Amino acid sequence: MSIILDPRAPRSLFADEDVVISRADAQRVIESVVKLSKADAVQCVIRSSRTRNVRFAANQLSTAGVVEDTTLVVMSYIGKKHSAVTTNDLSPESVERTVRKAEAIARLSPDDPEMLPLLGPQTLREASAAWDEETATLAAGIVTAAANTALAPARRPGSTLNVAGFLVTGADAIAIGNSAGHFAYHRGTNANYTLTVRTADGTGSGWSGEDAVAWKSLNFAAVSAQAIDKANSSRNPVAIEPGRYTVILEPQAVGDLVGLMPRYLNARSADEGRSPFAKAGGGNKLGETIVGSMVNLTSDPFDPMVLTQPFDGEGMPLTKQSWITNGVLSTMLIPRAWAVRRNLTPTGNPNNIMLGGGSTTREQMIASTQRGVLVTRLWYLRETDPRTMSYTGLTRDGTFLIENGKITKSIKNMRFNESPLFLLNNVEALGPVRRTASEGPGTQIMPLLKAKDFNFTSLSDAV
Amino acid sequence: MTTRRDFVATTALAAGALALGRPRDAAAHTRLLPHVQPRMDAPTRDLLMLALDTAKRGGASYADVRIQRVQRSAVATRERQVLDVIDSDTIGCGIRALVDGCWGFAATPRLTNEGIQRAASEAVATAKANRIARDRPVELAPNPSHPDATWSSGFTIDPFTISVEEKTSLAIAANVAALSVPGVRFVNTSLQFVKEERNYANSEGSVIAQTLVRTYTPMSITAVSADRSEFAVRDAVVQPTGRGWESVLENNLPVNAKKWAEEAAEKLTAKSVEPGRYDLILHPSNLGLTLHESVAHPTELDRAYGYEANYAGTSFVAPPDKVLGTLKFGSPMMNIYGDRSQPGGCASIGYDDDGVKPEQFDIIKDGVVVDYQTTREQAMWLDWWYKKRGMPTRSHGCSYADSWSSVQFQRMPNVSIKPGAKDLGWNDLIAATDRGIAIQGRGSYSIDQQRFNGQFGGALFHEVRGGKIVGQLKDVAYQFRTTDFWAALDMLGGQKSYELYATFSDGKGQPGQANAVTHGCVPTRHKQINVINTGRKA
Repeated sequence: MSIILDPRAPRSLFADEDVVISRADAQRVIESVVKLSKADAVQCVIRSSRTRNVRFAANQLSTAGVVEDTTLVVMSYIGKKHSAVTTNDLSPESVERTVRKAEAIARLSPDDPEMLPLLGPQTLREASAAWDEETATLAAGIVTAAANTALAPARRPGSTLNVAGFLVTGADAIAIGNSAGHFAYHRGTNANYTLTVRTADGTGSGWSGEDAVAWKSLNFAAVSAQAIDKANSSRNPVAIEPGRYTVILEPQAVGDLVGLMPRYLNARSADEGRSPFAKAGGGNKLGETIVGSMVNLTSDPFDPMVLTQPFDGEGMPLTKQSWITNGVLSTMLIPRAWAVRRNLTPTGNPNNIMLGGGSTTREQMIASTQRGVLVTRLWYLRETDPRTMSYTGLTRDGTFLIENGKITKSIKNMRFNESPLFLLNNVEALGPVRRTASEGPGTQIMPLLKAKDFNFTSLSDAV
Repeated sequence: MTTRRDFVATTALAAGALALGRPRDAAAHTRLLPHVQPRMDAPTRDLLMLALDTAKRGGASYADVRIQRVQRSAVATRERQVLDVIDSDTIGCGIRALVDGCWGFAATPRLTNEGIQRAASEAVATAKANRIARDRPVELAPNPSHPDATWSSGFTIDPFTISVEEKTSLAIAANVAALSVPGVRFVNTSLQFVKEERNYANSEGSVIAQTLVRTYTPMSITAVSADRSEFAVRDAVVQPTGRGWESVLENNLPVNAKKWAEEAAEKLTAKSVEPGRYDLILHPSNLGLTLHESVAHPTELDRAYGYEANYAGTSFVAPPDKVLGTLKFGSPMMNIYGDRSQPGGCASIGYDDDGVKPEQFDIIKDGVVVDYQTTREQAMWLDWWYKKRGMPTRSHGCSYADSWSSVQFQRMPNVSIKPGAKDLGWNDLIAATDRGIAIQGRGSYSIDQQRFNGQFGGALFHEVRGGKIVGQLKDVAYQFRTTDFWAALDMLGGQKSYELYATFSDGKGQPGQANAVTHGCVPTRHKQINVINTGRKA
């Protein structure tokens, strides 16, 4: 990418030694913007990515591709006016045009009374282990061969399996810099494999997935084995009466529901009276016990299991935050603008979320359950009540009944109406944690979790 | 269009001056000129041809290429202040190559001869690498070539010619009107516009240039009780559209905001619904999303064949050979059609990303499933059905990629319900209902991966007793089994009550892509549907 400001010699796009924009090139682009700027202040964000993906379904390959792009956002500040203009053409003429356009739009914008001064130089810690060179430069054939680890067994004569999966590897870089002297750069890689195996009779479906910084960390055989096992064992599900059940949620299912919590932690919404953490009469619930005492919810960009970008979208350095400590709401997310108004310390906006685990094994959780439901993952979660953080959604791809300490049968999927707050209030045991495999960068660490009184409200025939 | 550089050197500078500086009245005349899509310029055509030539020389039996530019503009406001003024512009090239029956795709923002050749070669190399995992070779349904086609969506005022001042002052005027209502404390209004310039060519001789705009002005009004123990939100007040600034003017936010704000304030003291079975009267602004999820998604052919099994899910409308012509989806008064040629539709287009000119087609006729949404690749899968019905095997024009950087696949066209024969409207359905709930606007929505079990909320609920609205309700969601819900359809509005519902970003695919789509709807009544109360304390 070193050619971006050098119009003389366009180098090949796909053979670049820099897969994504390098720190030096990003710095050069941002410096050029600062130099060109006639505004009172200017900030830039550069995002650069290259991804390769292979998709398969119905036991054959469907689409595959490689995509790369680099975008520049120029934010110009004039008095109390501001604007943001984005381009993906980083030629010198385009960069200049973008700066001028941002200034022109800012000038015409109304004043923003809450506009903040730009961040000055920050002390930033690097997260260099988030980058894996092999993952960033993987060839097409290697990814297709990995897909064959699921396709080959499914196509074997006599197989009754139907597989659909997605493999994606990518490299991303982000740089934030401004006229106040702040510069932050981070690059990372990601490899993600998810697989759904369905039985040919259409009555069984199993899902599994893994997500990691490095391609070589993915265990394709383990993902295939687990999805196949779930598909076979979930055949011919029976209906049970919806109602309140003890549940054992696998980490993916926990992440599907608990992963929705960070958006409610904003102190401003609570202070304004429109959040589950708003207090009647004014203020928020900071310092109050909001869930069960074994619950600890944190964020940390340097946690080795979920290395993520160590600064937020504004360039604020991120450190470890404990949102919930032993069930108590111990920190609320404080945006910079709210921090200024309320004289608080801003927290930055976290890039990952982790629910602490416990020492109960999966076997112990099942053995201690008289009657309960084991859930693989959740699907189509949508908010039903912002006042209580309530959501509806359904179980999917492997739902089982536990009776007298044993998994006894596959059951039909069910719709639930439940809040992560109520779930975490009803926690009975926590187990080992893992990085979930939701599509996109892995940003969650979630435990196996057992809770009572999970609210299933209707049956679904979906497999 | 063209490369961004050429564009800026010619039209955009003029348009930019207009957008940024020209006074309102002077601008008014110019921006009302009918928008005419110019023929593709030579440099863009040359790059498209170079991509096709490179792919063919590499061994592709078929290739297509898109050079697209997408501009987005948004202003976001809350209460009396502006939050953001955002403008983005992306341009690049996506190349799809079919080699030995396998697809390969590559995308690059580098619009130089070398960049295009590299990407075309990468698409071919990816297709070749995929051969080891091939089962059946891809075949494409026949399609006439369109050698020099142009198309433009039907907007009359290009939103990209409207000044920042005009946009922000309109949004803030709407916010101020809403804030004048007692109890209303927060208002967010944003104005969002998209303009796409799509240049397409394929190895069968089609060369197509198209321009379209989309507009969305979401508004959300929050009332908070005096003791801060309750809050209520009224949103989903206007629909996204495939039209331009003229639609913003028609929506008249500063005038209508007060009414919506009153509805938010009234919701604070609305009665919490008693769960049970009710006759539901669904306004087009609510029915649209329910139709989208429960009818339009399960009739996507790729879902029926398992192509979305790992993400969006499969379909209960399957397998096609067992359900086409026989599956009773709903009441005999239910007629559903797909149509990407519908004026003003968010999914409307002159030619799809397979180079197919779309036309209206039936999906459900008199309550029975008769067809699916298809692309050229998928139409071949239903060859047997079309032959049986004496119809040509052709795509319904549902191929779409949300960006130059995304590969095209089957996406939802505008899928709509046909109005009833009787001249009935919203008020007629209410008047005919003894005990029911009338629902407007989209709310919470959730449905399983095969589209059997749906649960939908709304933005505004009114209790109906003895043919009259008696007051607002809250905490309402209706939950159903799809075919039961549509079998319970017993009244629907006539042509005069037909309105366009739309959603700006519908997700599907891996990697995920967003599609904007419209659903033409009339008010409907569904007998005895299960209603739950979503309010909970513990």
